Formats: sequence, C-alpha cells, structure tokens
Amino acid sequence: MSGDLTGGSTPQNSTRKWLILTVIAIVLAVISIGIGKLSYSWLPPQAAAESILVDDLFSFLVTLGAFIFLGVTGTIIYSVIFHRAAKYDMSDGPHIEGNVTLEIIWTAIPILLVFWIAGYSYQVYQKMAIKGPMEVVHLHMPVGVEAAYAAPVASTGEPIEDIEVIGKQWAWVFRYPEDNITSTELHLPTHKRVRLALKSEDVLHGFYIPAFRLKQDIIPSKTINFEFTPIREGTYQLTDSQFSGTYFATMTANVVVESLDTYQQWLANAASQPPTAAPNQAAAEYAEEKNEAIKVGWPTIKPAPAPLVNYHN
Amino acid sequence: MSSTPLENKPAAGHSHAETVTTWKTYFSFSTDHKVIGIQYLVTSFFFFLIGGILAMIIRGELMTPESDLIERSFYNGMFTMHGTIMLFLWTFPALAGMANYLVPIMIGARDMAFPRLNAAAFWMIPVVGILTMASFFLPSGSAQSGWWSYPPVSTQVPLGFWLNGQAVWILAVAISGVSSIMGALNIVTTIVKMRAPGMTYFRMPAYVWTVWAAQIIQLFGLPALTAGAVMLLFDVTVGTSFFDPADGGNPIIFQHLFWFYSHPAVYVIILPVFGIFSEIFPVYSRKPLFGYKVVVVSSMIIAGVSGLVWVHHMYASGTPGWMRLIFMLSTMCVSVPTGIKVFAWVATIWGGKLRLNTPMLFALGALVMFVFAGITGIMLSSVPVDIHVNNTYFVVGHFHYVLFGTVTMGLYAGIYHWFPKMTGRMYYEGLGQLHFWLTFIGTNLNFLPMHPLGLNGMLRRVSSYDPEYTFWNVIASLGGFLLGMSTLPFILNMVSSWTQGKPAPANPWQAIGLEWLVPSPPPVENFESIPIVINEPYGYGKSEPLTANDPNVKLPSPAPQPVE
Repeated sequence: MSGDLTGGSTPQNSTRKWLILTVIAIVLAVISIGIGKLSYSWLPPQAAAESILVDDLFSFLVTLGAFIFLGVTGTIIYSVIFHRAAKYDMSDGPHIEGNVTLEIIWTAIPILLVFWIAGYSYQVYQKMAIKGPMEVVHLHMPVGVEAAYAAPVASTGEPIEDIEVIGKQWAWVFRYPEDNITSTELHLPTHKRVRLALKSEDVLHGFYIPAFRLKQDIIPSKTINFEFTPIREGTYQLTDSQFSGTYFATMTANVVVESLDTYQQWLANAASQPPTAAPNQAAAEYAEEKNEAIKVGWPTIKPAPAPLVNYHN
Repeated sequence: MSSTPLENKPAAGHSHAETVTTWKTYFSFSTDHKVIGIQYLVTSFFFFLIGGILAMIIRGELMTPESDLIERSFYNGMFTMHGTIMLFLWTFPALAGMANYLVPIMIGARDMAFPRLNAAAFWMIPVVGILTMASFFLPSGSAQSGWWSYPPVSTQVPLGFWLNGQAVWILAVAISGVSSIMGALNIVTTIVKMRAPGMTYFRMPAYVWTVWAAQIIQLFGLPALTAGAVMLLFDVTVGTSFFDPADGGNPIIFQHLFWFYSHPAVYVIILPVFGIFSEIFPVYSRKPLFGYKVVVVSSMIIAGVSGLVWVHHMYASGTPGWMRLIFMLSTMCVSVPTGIKVFAWVATIWGGKLRLNTPMLFALGALVMFVFAGITGIMLSSVPVDIHVNNTYFVVGHFHYVLFGTVTMGLYAGIYHWFPKMTGRMYYEGLGQLHFWLTFIGTNLNFLPMHPLGLNGMLRRVSSYDPEYTFWNVIASLGGFLLGMSTLPFILNMVSSWTQGKPAPANPWQAIGLEWLVPSPPPVENFESIPIVINEPYGYGKSEPLTANDPNVKLPSPAPQPVE
C-alpha cells in the first residue's frame, strides 16, 4: 500500500519497491500466523465441542487482525520516524489529493474480507447448533451443516440429556426431570449432547460457562432451549452473565463434567438424598453485618431464600 | 422563528463589534456560539473528572477479588453512574461544544441558525448534571442497573417509593435527549442553510461533514430511546407493565428501543472525532487529506449503516439465530467505510513533513488505539466469538479503547489544536507532551488487561471475582490511577496557559481553514465581512488562497448574500 504513494519512476525502482513490499507482507504474515497460534493460549480450556469451533474462528480473526494492525501501525511508525519535518522547515509536503487505484483496492479488499469472515462465522454458528430463542420467526437455514457434536468429536449416544436450569436472584438450581432430582451443582456427562431448558423466576439472567464458550440470556416467563456437548472431564464455573442486581457477582455454580458412569452414580446418589437447604452466598451476605470498608447503606432487593435441593456442595 | 437570523447578517440595530466577551459572559445565557462552545467544553470536563473519580472507586474495589472496599449496591451505583456521566455529561456535551465552536466559523457563518435554541440546549446540561449528582443523596441511592437500565432489574424498587435513583436517572437521560435533539436540529440547519458564498458541500472541511452525519443520526435515533425511557419511567414510577414479563410485558422490546439509538450513538460520538483526525493530520503532515471526497462520503455511509446494526448488542439475548446472522453481516459492513478513513489518514501522513506537536501526538496515539479497537470490534461482530465474550471484560476493553483511547484522546487533540484559537493564548508544549505520554501509557495499562480477562470469562459489572483474575485486574487498576493522575498536567496547562500563556497569532499552525483567517480569539460574530470561498479545504503544498476577500475587513458595499 505504502510504496505507491512516493511514486517511483524508473521500472527498476518499481521492481525493487514491489520486492520490498512483498518481503514485508510475508514477514508480517508469518508473525501474524504466529500470533494467531498463540491466541489459543489466551482462552480457557476447551471443555465443550463448541469451544473448539469458536477458538478456531477466534484464532483466524486474531491472525487477520494482527496482520492489519501491524501493517497500519508499522506504516504510521515508519512515517513518524522517517517523514519528520526538520526543526525550522516550515514548507509543505507534496500536494497529493488521492489515488483512485489505491482507494479502490482498500475498499475492495475489506469488502472481500467482510464476506469471508461473515461466511466462516455463519458456518461455525450453524455447526454449533446451540438452538437458543427461536419463537419469533422459524426460519430454516438453507445450508445443512452437521451439528458440532457430530463434527469434531464422535458423540457416544443418540439420546439427549434433558436438564432444567432455573435462575433466580441470586442462585442457580438444576433439575433433572427424569429422576426428579434438584442440585445447585450442574453435573454433565461427557461426550453426550445436553439439552437445557433455561428459565428465570424474576429478572434477566445469563447462562455462561467460559470453558464451553457458550452463553444465553434467560428471560422470565419463557423457556429457552440450549444445546451443547461437553467433551472434557473437570470442574468448571457457570456464572450469571446478564446483570441481575445487587448480588450479581455471587451468582456462580460449579459445573462438573464426568464420565457417563460417574454421572449416573451421582444421579442415583442424589436421588436418595432428601432435599436440604443449599448454602447461598447472596442470602448469607444479606443476613450478616457488612464488612466493607466504606458503607453508605443503599437498600437492595432481598435475595430469594436458599434453595432446597437434593444435592449441594 | 422569525426573530432568529437565518442569514449571515448582524441583527439590525446593533453592530457585532460592540459586545465584548468577558469571563462573566461564560456564566450568562449568552447566544454567542463560541461562548456556548466553551461553556459546553468546560462543563463537560468537570463531569469527566467526576466520572473519572467513580472509575477509580471501581478500580479500587477490583484491586482484590473479594467485595471489600464498598458495598455491592454502592458498587453497582458506581459503574452505572460512571457510564452515564461519561456518556451523557462528558462525551456528548464535549463534542457538542466542539461542534458549536467550530461549525459556524468553519462554514463562514456568524453564528448558529438558532442562537437562543442553542443556549437553551446548553443550559439543560447543568440541569442533567444536578439531577444526576442529587440522585446519589436519595434514600434509594443512585440508579444501580447499569447504563442500559434493562428491565426487570431496573424496575425493581427496593424502597417501593416512586422518588428513587432509577426514576431520576431516566428523567436526566430524557432531558439530555431533548437537549441533544435541539442541538442536532440547530447544527443540521446551520450546515445546510448558513454556508458562506462559495462554500459548497464538497468544500466543507471534513470535520463539518462528520458533525453533519452525526447529528442526522441524533435526529432519527433519539425518538426511539426517548419512547423507551418514557415507558420505563411509567413502569418504575406508576407501575405500568410495558416491560414486566410477570404482567405480560416484554423486556426485550426495551432492549431494541434502547439499542436502536444507543448503538448509533456510538457513531454520533466517534464521527466528529474522525472529523478532528481529518483536520489535524493534514495540518501537521503538511499534505491534503487523502481522498477527501471519499472520506467525507464515508461519514454519511457510516451514519446510514449505523441505523441497521443495533442487534449486535443482543446476540446473546432473546434473539433468534437468523436475526443474529443478519445483524452480523450488517455490522461487519461498517468496517468498510471505516477502513477507508483509516487508510486515508495513513496515506495523508505518508510522505508528509510531520510535526509532532501535542495535537498530532494525541491524534496519532488515538488512531493507533482506534485500529486496535476496530479489530476487536470485528471479533465482537462475529456471532460465535461474541457468544463467548459478550458481557465480559473483553467488551469493556474494546469500548474503552473506542471511548477513551479514541474519543477522549481525539478530543484532547482537538482541544490542544484549537486552544490558541479559542483563548488567544498558546499552551505549554512540554506539559502537553507529558500529558500525552501519561495518557497513552495509562490507557493501555488500564484497558489492554481487560482483553485477556474477558477472554477468560470475567464478566463486566461484577463487584467480586474469582482469584484467578487478580493479576490483570491489579495492572488495570494501576493504569486507571495513572490515567486519573494524567489529567493533572492537562488542567495545569489549560489554567496557566489561559491566564498567562503567550498571546496566540491568528494562525499559529499555518493551517488552512476559515477559522485560521480571523484573529485569535475571533471577534463576536466572527467575520467583519462574510468570506467568499474559492478553493478546496486542504490546499497544502499548493499556495492558493482559500477566500477571495479578507474576512477581517469590512466591505464598503452591501454584504454578499448567502448562496445555496
């Protein structure tokens, strides 16, 4: 981009200029690809099939972004170093009003990039097939793409695990309808498609598990279906991602991804427990004397009573 | 409106040379656009400092994972009011101030089309400010539901009394909206009707184009927000249920009404800053703005597309998949005209004779940070990536690179650039450069760490967080405090330069533009005779005059009539 503006006249000059530009572009591309690879390490573990798809897309965007950022800032820094006016030089630079070819190039390339990025993002979103809110209009996507669980990892079984998620100020309750179990910890089998029914009892909440790269707002008086496939055993955090009032930050829960056997054991064990009150940070903080350094005593909505569940940690 | 002069003639019965601007004028209901411009700038900077103090309280709380400095309800009030003050009492009025001061002079007019409406619009800002400040002292405390005020959280009133922080907040935002509509009407009329002879649209400085585009957005967007605000006010105060799902209302409608304005509002803010860049780069590179016509037309395209992208704030909300994907494409389209502008600025700088005065430093720093923000913006526009980082600190980092790194830095660039014109005094270059470096380092230290935090899942608006996020939060907080300190050299520079600075010549930067033809500060009503424009706005390297006459000399013959 930059070389054209200084206007080399001889063909020799012009060849050298293009050579330099090509070398710069290759060096930038190599660095950008390196940054793109590095970007995987900026993210949490990939605990769901969907997270692999999202991370690949993110890495692609980081690669493109790094190339553009380095190209633009490199050109600016070069100008700042080499195109400075001498201390008492009050004269003007060359009167260049524009360059049509250049302007067409830097309009056309971004347009192509936009369609490339949008197309790739569209495919990833279709593959994730997370469902989400549907009822406004039921448009069928024209391109048939396999869902995420089928693509990157072989899912073990056809049956889908149905779980109800209930958000309220400020607690999560998970209900397993088949066994009629409730818990404040979300247990999930690995390598199996999970379908959640997201519900809220009061205000907007957001279902978000960073390790899964998945998020969906929950809207009171509505049930939103949400699907994904956990693929990595471990304990992760679920947090409320839509601001829900005073104790918003405390509204977290453990997500335990375990093998199908362990999961079924857990279900059986939980079914044998009578419901007891789970510990609840919001309710506890509301009841106790505040221990912050500065107090102004602004009133708050009272937290819902601690949920009664078969299983809690 | 028969009493307001639409023509470039001083009102009959008094000569414009007689009124003198003193310090008292700035505390009066003055109708001089230059006085109003400075009133806006000074008032908004005061609120910028207050918003900054709230930001530092937030960063203080986030130094440690636990909620241990302030109560959670107070913390929620802090980030709500930080966002509100920074948008409605800093960026909007500060940019309105710049536009007020510059647009009439730049197009060769003696004042705005409706000077009294102009003053009325300004004096609503202190009312908004007083309401906002007063809400901290209500029994309920200030509003605590974030600057979006999404229902049903925003309609939950713990004390059950209608006079509460949330209601006052809605009222303040509505008044600020009315003030903005009045300002927009005035500026659009001024640009369309008050241009000097020869000042065709394609001879207007790029800054005027961007202000024009931005104010058109205000006119089509604000009614939606105002409607949403009125319905929300009824929900909060008298118990209607427009947005209450428990009573058959729909909270998602509020989100649409809110973002239908509040996303384009981002362009209302950023476009004039693009305009400031387009003015500053040519002056300090000594080259014409590269591809002027394409750059100014891009502003209008951005304004148009900005009305079709609002749902990208609601990807994770109750938005069906097809809607997410359509708005993904429209959102990404904004990057094309924006990219054109960025490349044009880089090409303007390239091969020029750069002078790194304070305004140029701020503009260059802001441009680099804007490129970064633009790239994270593209990432956010992609639905799958946004599903992960939506409502996390990644978004907070992104928009602070826009609103602080680009808009506030760009405003600083503009303030330094036109300071000699506005005050008739030169600022101190050394203090200006110190201010730049503190701000540039502070901004990156404060907002860059927010990106890894968000990618790892730390949510915005949390008053406590998992200890794994501590490291980057401490860095961000230190950056925040540095940013707070960075305002001190600026304040020192402005106050001491205005009172004791070296007197400024009419054109200290050898810049081209009508505002640089008149003395610093310009006399009341700007021009003795209306300039007759005969050239393009950026004739650097060409040495051709901009006007056919000297606007400081009174014409013996009747003043020329404005032409369309």
